[in-house]
Amino acid sequence: MDLFNNLIFGFGVAFSLQNLLYCAIGVTVGTLIGVLPGIGPLATIAMLLPLTFNVPPVAALIMLAGIYYGAQYGGSTTAILVNLPGETSAVVTCIDGHQMARQGRAGPALAIAAIGSFVAGTFGTLLIAIAGPPLAEVALKFGAPEYFALMLMGLVAAAVLSTGDMAKSLAMVAMGLLLGIVGTDVNTGVQRFSFGVAELSDGIGFIVIAVGVFAIGEIVINLGNPEERRFFTDKIGRLMPSAEDLKKSLAPILRGTALGSFFGVLPGTGPAIASFSSYMLEKKVAKDPSRFGHGAIEGVAGPESANNADAQCKFIPMLTLGLPASGVMALMLGALTIQGIQPGPEVMTTRPELFWGLIASMWIGNALLVILNLPMIGLWVKLLKVPYRLLFPAIMAFSAVGIYSVNNSSFDIYLTALFGIVGFIWLKLGCNPAPMLLGYVLGPMMEEHLRRAMLMSKGDPSVFVTRPLALAFVLATVAILVIMVLPAVKARREVIQG
Amino acid sequence: MQKLEFRDNKDFWSGVMLVIVGAASVIVARNYAFGTSLRMGPGYFPTVLGSVLVLFGLYLMVAGLRRGEKIDPDWSLRGLILLPTSLVLFGILMSYTGFIPAMMVLVFGSAAAGTDFRPVEALILAIGLTVFTAVIFIWGIGLPYPLLMNW
Repeated sequence: MDLFNNLIFGFGVAFSLQNLLYCAIGVTVGTLIGVLPGIGPLATIAMLLPLTFNVPPVAALIMLAGIYYGAQYGGSTTAILVNLPGETSAVVTCIDGHQMARQGRAGPALAIAAIGSFVAGTFGTLLIAIAGPPLAEVALKFGAPEYFALMLMGLVAAAVLSTGDMAKSLAMVAMGLLLGIVGTDVNTGVQRFSFGVAELSDGIGFIVIAVGVFAIGEIVINLGNPEERRFFTDKIGRLMPSAEDLKKSLAPILRGTALGSFFGVLPGTGPAIASFSSYMLEKKVAKDPSRFGHGAIEGVAGPESANNADAQCKFIPMLTLGLPASGVMALMLGALTIQGIQPGPEVMTTRPELFWGLIASMWIGNALLVILNLPMIGLWVKLLKVPYRLLFPAIMAFSAVGIYSVNNSSFDIYLTALFGIVGFIWLKLGCNPAPMLLGYVLGPMMEEHLRRAMLMSKGDPSVFVTRPLALAFVLATVAILVIMVLPAVKARREVIQG
Repeated sequence: MQKLEFRDNKDFWSGVMLVIVGAASVIVARNYAFGTSLRMGPGYFPTVLGSVLVLFGLYLMVAGLRRGEKIDPDWSLRGLILLPTSLVLFGILMSYTGFIPAMMVLVFGSAAAGTDFRPVEALILAIGLTVFTAVIFIWGIGLPYPLLMNW
């Protein structure tokens, strides 16, 4: 059995001392930043990415992935204890999780969140292992037109499904594509948009943009919203949920996992949408919906499973097609590229240790997270008391060293400062920068595929509708756009994001 | 007809931003060969993208005037000025004085951007973070930066 052998191979890779260590570091950092409000996985991964350059690609990816899903666990801790979502994915967890804490049932709420996340994480990991190889198999047959159409579909879907105004998100994708082509054109050697600046001939550094916009810009925004004092509970109470709690949570965990996996594969839908949908579903199927909002354990179990399943399944398109479904996945793709690995379906056959090692490490990481989050919860709670005024200068310090270390260049630092201001303006104008990052990462590849497709077809654009797979992607793109402007869907979308 | 409100109009200014970036990119891209759709020149993609940005921008300007959504008035100017300035200073000091002064200035300058700035605490934080980052990055990872340069 192939799957079985591959998984054993993966666990062999993941269980090496170095990889275990990086996995542990990743999930610890992830929990940490998940607990701390005001810094998310996107900014952290961007900030720490330069430090992984000297590490083998498998270890680097294992650590970065750990930060990402670790943050989902940590985010729920603050949501339950302080009514403050550490991550956006934990917003709905606040509703019933925090009520449980107020009723002295913080322990079971935290435990169910961790158990649900673990079940979802396990399922997500299995799904990647099962769905990955056949998907990559199909993708290997793609030519340039298919790739271009697929990327177009991915970007459009990511833009329209992400939070914020649809037109702005689509425009931000184009903005990212434009930023991505700064530098030397690979086909002709022409310098584009580098204005004679030697440092720009290799393009704008990927980490410069990510840190500038998502760390610095975000801090400036946060400084505009002073900290609020919140109800704080130190009393966690009995940790283990009762048999009745477990019985009540089983179905919501499974439903949440299924929902989260579904949303996970779709580009653009963040874990927040998965957890929100799960909450609505649990409320709908509950015998007594009035309990929701007053500490219903189902309202914690479902969404927490959903957001973790979503986070795991986001890896499927990234690993098999080289298509980033979210800002974090765009960073992972960037990390691969910097390591000299061309992302795409070939990765699975040329670097099997990377694919299977990463998958196995995710399962190990999820197990570590349960240990990290349940018995050691007291430690994380103490961290909550660290005020933001001490936190953000530390973020600045790590960001600066990280960026400087990429090229030992002060120019990159200046450019980061500039993108900090640009990112602030974007956020202020309600232009979500996450779609920009996707466009930026895919920009050069998309242009290349478009050029090749046009060469193949001798300049005839009908190549995108005469090849069946390309046509399917084009039609899907059009369908996504049409559905999203239908009045009913539009209104519903505004309610969800309201 | 409702009053048209330009100032503080979120979507209107988003549109203006997009039109400027898009138009600039189309104009700059005129210096690069456009090519044909068979053999696309280096100017092809930027021209198309710039035009797309201009179109979205124009749409948002009109939509903004209809919707009239306001920009959140809190501009956190202190942070907007101090954080990038501290970064730039870090860049300059790294080239001329070494890691310790650069990091001290960066951390203290950033801390000063906070709404609840406490100078003594910020100084301690600056010393602490400088030591911490030096230990991790220079001794631990081995980044080749001089702690302090000789003049």
